[in-house]
Amino acid sequence: MDDFLARALLGGVGVALAAGPLGAFIVWRRMAYFGDTLAHSGLLGIVLGTVLNLNLQLGVAVTCLLVALVLVLLQRQRRLATDTLLGILAHTALSLGLVALAFLETVRVDLTGYLFGDILAIGRIDLYWIWGGDLLALGVLAWLWRPLLALTVHEELAQVEGVPVFPVRLAFMLLVAIVIAVAMKVVGILLITSLLIIPAAAARRFARSPEGMALLASGLGSVAVGLGLWASLRWDTPAGPSVVLAAAALFVLGSVVPGRSWR
Amino acid sequence: MAELLLTAENIGLAIRGNPILHDVSLRVVAGKIVALIGPNGAGKSTLVRVLLGLLRPDSGRVWLRPGLRVGYMPQRLALDDTLPLSVQRFVTLGTPAARARVQAALAEVGAAHVLDSPVQAISGGELQRVMLARALLHEPDLLVLDEPIQGVDLHGQYELYDLISGLRRTRGCGILMVSHELHLVMATTDQVLCLNRHVCCSGHPDHVARDPAYLELFGSDGARRLAVYHHHHNHHHDLHGAVVPDLPPSPTRGGENVRRPPMEQDHG
Repeated sequence: MDDFLARALLGGVGVALAAGPLGAFIVWRRMAYFGDTLAHSGLLGIVLGTVLNLNLQLGVAVTCLLVALVLVLLQRQRRLATDTLLGILAHTALSLGLVALAFLETVRVDLTGYLFGDILAIGRIDLYWIWGGDLLALGVLAWLWRPLLALTVHEELAQVEGVPVFPVRLAFMLLVAIVIAVAMKVVGILLITSLLIIPAAAARRFARSPEGMALLASGLGSVAVGLGLWASLRWDTPAGPSVVLAAAALFVLGSVVPGRSWR
Repeated sequence: MAELLLTAENIGLAIRGNPILHDVSLRVVAGKIVALIGPNGAGKSTLVRVLLGLLRPDSGRVWLRPGLRVGYMPQRLALDDTLPLSVQRFVTLGTPAARARVQAALAEVGAAHVLDSPVQAISGGELQRVMLARALLHEPDLLVLDEPIQGVDLHGQYELYDLISGLRRTRGCGILMVSHELHLVMATTDQVLCLNRHVCCSGHPDHVARDPAYLELFGSDGARRLAVYHHHHNHHHDLHGAVVPDLPPSPTRGGENVRRPPMEQDHG
């Protein structure tokens, strides 16, 4: 196997492993649009990272987190619904990123790569970042699993039972920001949400427990990465979108396979 | 005098300029049931959320006995269909417990048969019981129940009310309950607090039922429903509709045909 292919596979699977459980929570909490909004602000993070001479993934993670905080603040005024706020934030952040990018005349940026991913260009350093970020995210998620699940089922009940709701919710946003930052190289900011949501949705029918659904989502995501890369080589299709299509194919396959689902 | 669990003094709260609660005071003691009644929009759930510390009041203060364990049963549970969660997992989300303890808590509320069912697959009445079991598993000193019998069919309502009303004896906990079911509230609780943004009247149910403020709020309808409740049955139906004779009246059935001994009046 070629080196670049091994790195692509390792990077993709690394992202898929963390995206599974996190994506499950995004599905359960109906936060798909939230993930999208954070991802859209990723481009702004790249510009900031470039200007401040930071690591790009760090720039993206920090920007995503800032956008999440802005959202939390905006939610305090209760005039506009959250999905409206998300729509405003997502596209403002994306446009701001594009405009800011245009000011960076001295820097050449591969826009397509950031928008749709460049999994075949994953380098050794990228792998360290991906796996480092992933293991961090998975570790924190395992630690927060129980309170986060309680919060997802009923926030006020969890609060009465002693869960520190706001810190846990904030930590969850941080995890989403981290995974978006490391997943950007694989599928790009426009497609990241799909890697979070599609495997989790495909896993739903076969899962009998939250943990089962999270693990299955990780597995299906990894399979999608493998299938997508294979298809990309076989038919010379763009790799990131091919991975997403593979995940979608798994979802469709899982929906039509006969058998009784557990509710 | 029973042990004091919770007091609220002169609670005032406005949300976006709309006054929701004005000068509300109440107290809950161990072994007694306080029922919050009032029309829609009276601020009952808001008051509960203030008492639980979920909302900060603009004025007044809430005191909880130090170390008080609170079991809370929220008004509704909107669990997303995509979350595969069994009743056992749901019940232990608040308090980790072994399967046998979960089974016992579910049996106490008459829902042992749903232990392994998905939460989304059980009926509304079963869900109410399961939520009560989760609150009980927390070994509460104080139970806070926000409309515990909504979504339950009529006979299930009687059963659930008897169950709740028995808890103050079997568990010795204080109970604060929001309810719409005037006839049941009047028959099973120790103190009624009639709320319409302020406390209209409060005290023993028999006392409140004669209060002009109560009659004005609930009118002759409330009075009539109360009268309906006092007629006698010689049997009732269990959850499955089977006839269960009411003899002899057990002490935990404070409901349909057992005349309660007069209790001391507590005007809070």
